[in-house]
Amino acid sequence: MDMAWSALGLSLKVAGWATALNLALGVGAGFLLARARFPGRDFLDAALTLPMVMPPTVLGYYLLVALGRHGWLGGWLHDAFGINLIFTWQGAVVASTLVAFPLVFKPARAAFEAVDGQLEQAARVLGVSEIGVFFRVTLPLAWRGILAGMLLAFARALGEFGATLMVAGSIPGKTQTLSVAVYEAVQAGQDAVANTLVLITSAVCIVVLVTAGRLAPGRIAGAGGK
Amino acid sequence: MELDIDIRKTLRSGARRFHLDMQLHTRSQRVVIYGPSGSGKSLALKAVAGLARPDDGCIRLGGVTLFDSRAGVDLAPQARKAAYLFQDYALFPHLTVRQNIGFGLAGGWRNPRPGRREEAVDYWLGAFHLEALAHQFPDELSGGQRQRVALARALAARPRALLLDEPFAAIDPALRVRMRGELDELQRRLDVPMVLITHDEDDVAAFGDHVACLRDGRIVDHAEACAAVTEAV
Repeated sequence: MDMAWSALGLSLKVAGWATALNLALGVGAGFLLARARFPGRDFLDAALTLPMVMPPTVLGYYLLVALGRHGWLGGWLHDAFGINLIFTWQGAVVASTLVAFPLVFKPARAAFEAVDGQLEQAARVLGVSEIGVFFRVTLPLAWRGILAGMLLAFARALGEFGATLMVAGSIPGKTQTLSVAVYEAVQAGQDAVANTLVLITSAVCIVVLVTAGRLAPGRIAGAGGK
Repeated sequence: MELDIDIRKTLRSGARRFHLDMQLHTRSQRVVIYGPSGSGKSLALKAVAGLARPDDGCIRLGGVTLFDSRAGVDLAPQARKAAYLFQDYALFPHLTVRQNIGFGLAGGWRNPRPGRREEAVDYWLGAFHLEALAHQFPDELSGGQRQRVALARALAARPRALLLDEPFAAIDPALRVRMRGELDELQRRLDVPMVLITHDEDDVAAFGDHVACLRDGRIVDHAEACAAVTEAV
């Protein structure tokens, strides 16, 4: 049982970090693509949505290649800061962040596009700075859509398996998250442990989905199949 | 108020083109730009507020150059201090009446909190008889109340001039006469310069100390504008 709770704790920690990172990345990218006009915008949108449709193992492989000691990013991180992400819980955070990113980015872009531009103009003529307009008008009006996306991203990060396993491995108490622990338990024939882990995971996911549904009615139906 | 407008702007939408080329020079406190919809009056007002950028020309208001394409001057809307009253008022739906009115008074990244009392906001709540509605949200208000809130919000920011985009179009006709009277009285009391755009002859009669008539993006005489408005209806 100890192992179940430590796996849950790790999963929540990884999903929490992934969601926090996606708040910044997804909202930033969503705002940029909703407002900026530049060549290649559609291509960038497609590229940023890719993690939603690609198999997590493929994403995991990309990450492994990029973040490994001999990868361009991993080599730089190691030489410049002495950081190694492979087989660490921080590596699991990177994998979960990537996989869950489109779930924040997509609703954020849609929410920003739905904000009435006239309200932002009204704020400007009242003398409020551009950054003030964003934090006082645009963001509050888009917030519900963004929050619903963040909860979905949290649920998705919590259930992340493929990419996490490739990048962080399955070290009990260190990088073994709930979904990875379920796989290991079944492989080892520990049915009782698997049952407990599965029930815990289901309960947490239901709580997240119900919360997301309360925040933005009608949004879950559209995102649930992905 | 000294208001000098001399601007040109071409808009393209598919095969259609619209060309605005207008000159307006006035020292009057109450200016009306009159014309049918599609005559370019909204574009002209937006250019004064800094919400639309002319292709070339210049705009001066009260001795300040707001826009001058030759000198490379194009003040941001924030720096023009020209209050703009949108046709459907553009009240912030997530803020209370009190927060809406105090919006331009609060600097920084955060909205004033709903419970925060400020003398200037109290003054404008009182001036427009909105005290009882201070904690309501815009979608709980009637058309006339919304207009009062929008006016209070615009005036609280202490603007150099008040720009009004069809201020009575969204109000039912029975209320229009009264709201016109309120605006008339208010403008005289505060002596704030105003520019109003309209396609309603009654607005011209009530506020048109100086009247500029627009048709197809050009200044025309009053009779021609009248004919165009009648045609459009």
